[in-house]
This record gives sequence, structure tokens and C-alpha cells, in this order.
Amino acid sequence: MGEEVKKIMHVVRRPPHGTIYPYEGLEMVLIMAAYDQEISMAFIGDGLFCLLKDQDTTKLEIKGFMKTLGVLEDYDVEQIYVDSKSMAERGLTPDDFCIAVEVLEPDEMGQKMAEQDCIIPQ
Amino acid sequence: MLHIINKSPYCNGSFDMALRFALPGDPVLLIEDGIYAGRAKGCSAEKLANALSQHEFYALIADVEARGVKDLNEAVQVIDYDGFVELVEQHKVNTWL
Repeated sequence: MGEEVKKIMHVVRRPPHGTIYPYEGLEMVLIMAAYDQEISMAFIGDGLFCLLKDQDTTKLEIKGFMKTLGVLEDYDVEQIYVDSKSMAERGLTPDDFCIAVEVLEPDEMGQKMAEQDCIIPQ
Repeated sequence: MLHIINKSPYCNGSFDMALRFALPGDPVLLIEDGIYAGRAKGCSAEKLANALSQHEFYALIADVEARGVKDLNEAVQVIDYDGFVELVEQHKVNTWL
């Protein structure tokens, strides 16, 4: 309703299934995206492991969020950033991830963070 | 942008991460267990010393005193709750939980 669009970045720092943070965080991303804000996600540290392909949580008997990651694009959440240093530290490449990401150097990521109206840690 | 750290530098990497992405000139506020990152001793002391050339560091006095930490790097500025509020008023906040 004519309200200013805010730039909001969700920062994912934890691996996928050890805590509830990435699950609830992803839900929050989708809810906020429904309000037409400019949402981005930054995956840093162990948060990169949330993006690995072929996560199968069947035996854990939990839903997992592979499918949710897949619909981010449908919610116009297309700015998905990954920290290059965290990726190198963990021996990962963008091919290991289940969605398309933009890899940023730490100074570029710092700049993206500085541009936000709001940063939500997960 | 104000970076707030509330975890020990020996536990979850938030100190390293905040410093990785903080832009030169960004202030850093240590609260709760983040206080331990402000010490002049220990493995993280050198990281702090290096970071002090680019960032102002603040530590919340209530959390410093509660932990009995007496060996803060002297360049770390000890502030009270009013100082905390002032920092938050002056800057956008990036919290490293």
C-alpha cells in the first residue's frame, strides 16, 4: 500500500538439522517474502551445509527443507549469497548446492550487509 | 553498522565471522559471553588487537562485572545500558548470535 520496500537479509550460520534455527528461519523468509519486501539470504560458516544437495531426512523422520529451498525462487527470493571463504574452508563448490547461489568475497558480503535496512540472524 | 557479539570467541565463531564481514569503521559491541573476546589475554587477544586498528570496541559493563573479567584490552571502551542504547540509535545493527 505505497509503503517503502525494505531490504532485509537473513543470515544463516548454522548447519541444517542440529537446531531449529534454519527451519524456522526459512519459514520466516517465506512469510516476509509474501509482504513484498526485498529479501536476500546470506549463507556463511556452517550455514553452507543447509544448501547441500540430496539431503534425505526420511530416517530422521522430519520434513527437511530441501523442497522449501526449491520454492524460494517462486517467492522472488533470488538473492542467495554464499561466503567464498566459508565455502573454501569446507571444501565445497557451487555444484554441491541444491539451488543457484552467488558466491561473494568477504568484503563484497560485508558491503551487501551494509546496504540492508535490517539483518536477521539465524 | 554496529556488530553485536554475545558468544565467547572460544565457542561458536561469531567473533571471527563478525570481523570477517565488518567494514572498516564499523563499531563492535561485546555483550554477555561476548565479553571474553575483549580480553587482552588468550588466543583471541591478538585478533582483537589487530581489529582495534579498524574498529571501535565496546563492552557492556554489567556483563563485564558479572563475569569478573578484569583483563580487558584497555582500548575496549566499557559502556553502560545508556551507552548501549546510544550505539543502537546511531547505527543499524547486525547481531551475531
